[in-house]
Amino acid sequence: MATVTLSSIAKSFGPTRVLGGVDLDIADGEFLTLVGPSGCGKSTLIRIIAGLEHQDGGAVTIGGQPVDHLRPHERRVAMVFQSYALYPHMSVRQNIALPLTMSRLKLWQRLPLLRALSGQRRAVMRGIEADVAAAAAQLQLDHLLDRKPAQLSGGQRQRVALGRAMVRHPDVFLMDEPLSNLDAKLRVHMRTELAELHKRLGATFIYVTHDQVEAMTMSDRVAMMDSGTILQLGTPSQLYEKPGSLKVAQFIGSPAINLLPASVGAGGRLELFGRPMSLTVQQPQGQAMTLGVRSEALSLVQGEPAGAGRAWFSARLRRKENLGSEYILHFDLAGRDLPGVTMRTSPAQAASVAEAAEVTLGFDEAACHLFAADGERIEPRGPGVASASIVPLRA
Amino acid sequence: MSASPPLVATVSSAHSAARRFLSLVLIHGVLIAGALFMLAPFIWMLVTSIKPPAEIFSAEIALWPKQFYGVENYRFAMEKAPLLRFALNGVILCAGILVVQLLVAIPCAYALAKLDFPGRNLLFVLVLLGLCIPVQVPAMPLYIGLAQLGLLNTYFAMMVPFFLSVFAIFLFRQFFRSFPDDIINAARLDGMSEFEIVWRIVTPSAWPAIAAFAVFSIVAHWNDLYWPLIVISDAKLAPPPLGMMFFADAETGSNYGALTAAATILTAPLVLAFLIARRRFIDGITMTGVK
Ligand SMILES: Nc1ncnc2c1ncn2[C@@H]1O[C@H](COP(=O)(O)OP(=O)(O)OP(=O)(O)O)[C@@H](O)[C@H]1O
Ligand SMILES: [Mg+2]
Repeated sequence: MATVTLSSIAKSFGPTRVLGGVDLDIADGEFLTLVGPSGCGKSTLIRIIAGLEHQDGGAVTIGGQPVDHLRPHERRVAMVFQSYALYPHMSVRQNIALPLTMSRLKLWQRLPLLRALSGQRRAVMRGIEADVAAAAAQLQLDHLLDRKPAQLSGGQRQRVALGRAMVRHPDVFLMDEPLSNLDAKLRVHMRTELAELHKRLGATFIYVTHDQVEAMTMSDRVAMMDSGTILQLGTPSQLYEKPGSLKVAQFIGSPAINLLPASVGAGGRLELFGRPMSLTVQQPQGQAMTLGVRSEALSLVQGEPAGAGRAWFSARLRRKENLGSEYILHFDLAGRDLPGVTMRTSPAQAASVAEAAEVTLGFDEAACHLFAADGERIEPRGPGVASASIVPLRA
Repeated sequence: MSASPPLVATVSSAHSAARRFLSLVLIHGVLIAGALFMLAPFIWMLVTSIKPPAEIFSAEIALWPKQFYGVENYRFAMEKAPLLRFALNGVILCAGILVVQLLVAIPCAYALAKLDFPGRNLLFVLVLLGLCIPVQVPAMPLYIGLAQLGLLNTYFAMMVPFFLSVFAIFLFRQFFRSFPDDIINAARLDGMSEFEIVWRIVTPSAWPAIAAFAVFSIVAHWNDLYWPLIVISDAKLAPPPLGMMFFADAETGSNYGALTAAATILTAPLVLAFLIARRRFIDGITMTGVK
């Protein structure tokens, strides 16, 4: 079991800077997810931790020991690849046994002819067999041990890859998008399996994905990366409820957060579509801001859009999406050249809106996220601060 | 078929069926003609080997002799020429060359395809340049070198110029490049050294390439006359073509029936080997097994 510490890891491929000084402290037994858009350097970072790639600057420490001079297999890490990377000509049994034969048999005991001379070899092989069987039983692979990888389904291959990682009892599991080749249903299933495996093994997991749902559902903490730096590090709910920047807000959450243009009016009071809100900020008047509202924070406003601390705007229903237990409603912003908004709501609410109907959507101002023009999160001074001077808003 | 297909459709489908048939006939005609052209010398050899001397020189072309003389020709060839010896020499020569070629070329190709080191591209360019040098060019210095070392008239002298096959390096490098990096990385994480990765992980997936190369290599060296002629003067060491030459000179003169019988016997192992291995060979090429 081990902590993993990265200090100012930098990496360039030729002139392109892929990682720009990444610092990360991962606790013993933690499930940390690296998430971010394609090409942001997640794989490169995890490969540096594994020792498959060398960083240009910075240091990697595993379990308090610097490992930069160690070769991959000496770092006590195991890696699961997106492509599974099973040895194609070996059976499942041989695939899972391979890391053990490598570590428990000496070189000459592995050579085709010489190995017959070794007396201990048989005992060692029996031990390996037992460990392989144990790992296979944990992953329900018992009946597949004699197949070749080509004869397995995607999910089974993934489990073999996990088995091959597990048998060595590594301190750290590195997983690079292990589920992205699976179909949606299997992915959901494997998510649970991985989370349970993590709990059972108690090892440190570093998990790479560009699927924010995986990041949110499995992790203790999530590190959101973009262009080779970590934008934000926190628990899934921290990232969801308090995104530190526009990019994080856009990436985390499904459907994606709704973004509305806002601006700073007189006295630092925020205006949405020209209507003053109860929020005030310190930015100078006239500054453009972006206001983010999660789809579940939106609601239909019946009758007069009223109430302190609530903002509203009008929209036209474009499409309903039925998810069974809930609906996602897609709206166009009437008469404005903006991308539409999405609202998550109950089937009953959704039924009350007719196709192409003009409606008023409202949200609690306390539930919105504010971002400056450079994408930084801005904490508004809430309605509470200046509430005395606020009269209920009217159209 | 529906009750009343539109007339136009039936006409055009009949038309297209006829066209398909015609094009099949055409394609197969061309292929058969090509095959006959390639096989003609071989067939001629077989036919000649069972003809009596008188018929070989007659002006008419016949595919079957009037008088079957096969037994006499083959017996003469077997008795007068050490054909088994020649064939054994051929096997030793081809196997020795192929084994060393693979031992050298596979690690080289792996390094050129998968390892990152300074000068890699330059080395690869040198390999490509090596492809352009015909065997005749280094023949002279090699001969002198072997002569000074007293190695003429040995199996080693026959094999040594071919131990390093740039063609094999090139072929395997192209093949290895498509081998998934992730599998190699997984092997590194599992504790394999680069040598073990080459022999235990990458090579087993390269059987199609190895088989294809083996065909080239074996055929080329089984049939090679040029280099053995230079370094071998001892008939006991002669591989098939050189043996044939000694046989033709010494024993038969112009007994073409016996000569072609000997040639048939010496070609047979090659043909048989490929007929037997054909299944595996095709399997190997169609089913790469790497995913
Ligand atoms: N060997 C390499 N040579 C040159 N550039 C590379 C190399 N490997 C990666 N890169 C570049 O580094 C950047 C980061 O790559 P990386 O594979 O780490 O991205 P990623 O975050 O894992 O993306 P994805 O989600 O698509 O897997 C990319 O722009 C990529 O083009
Ligand atoms: Mg990646």
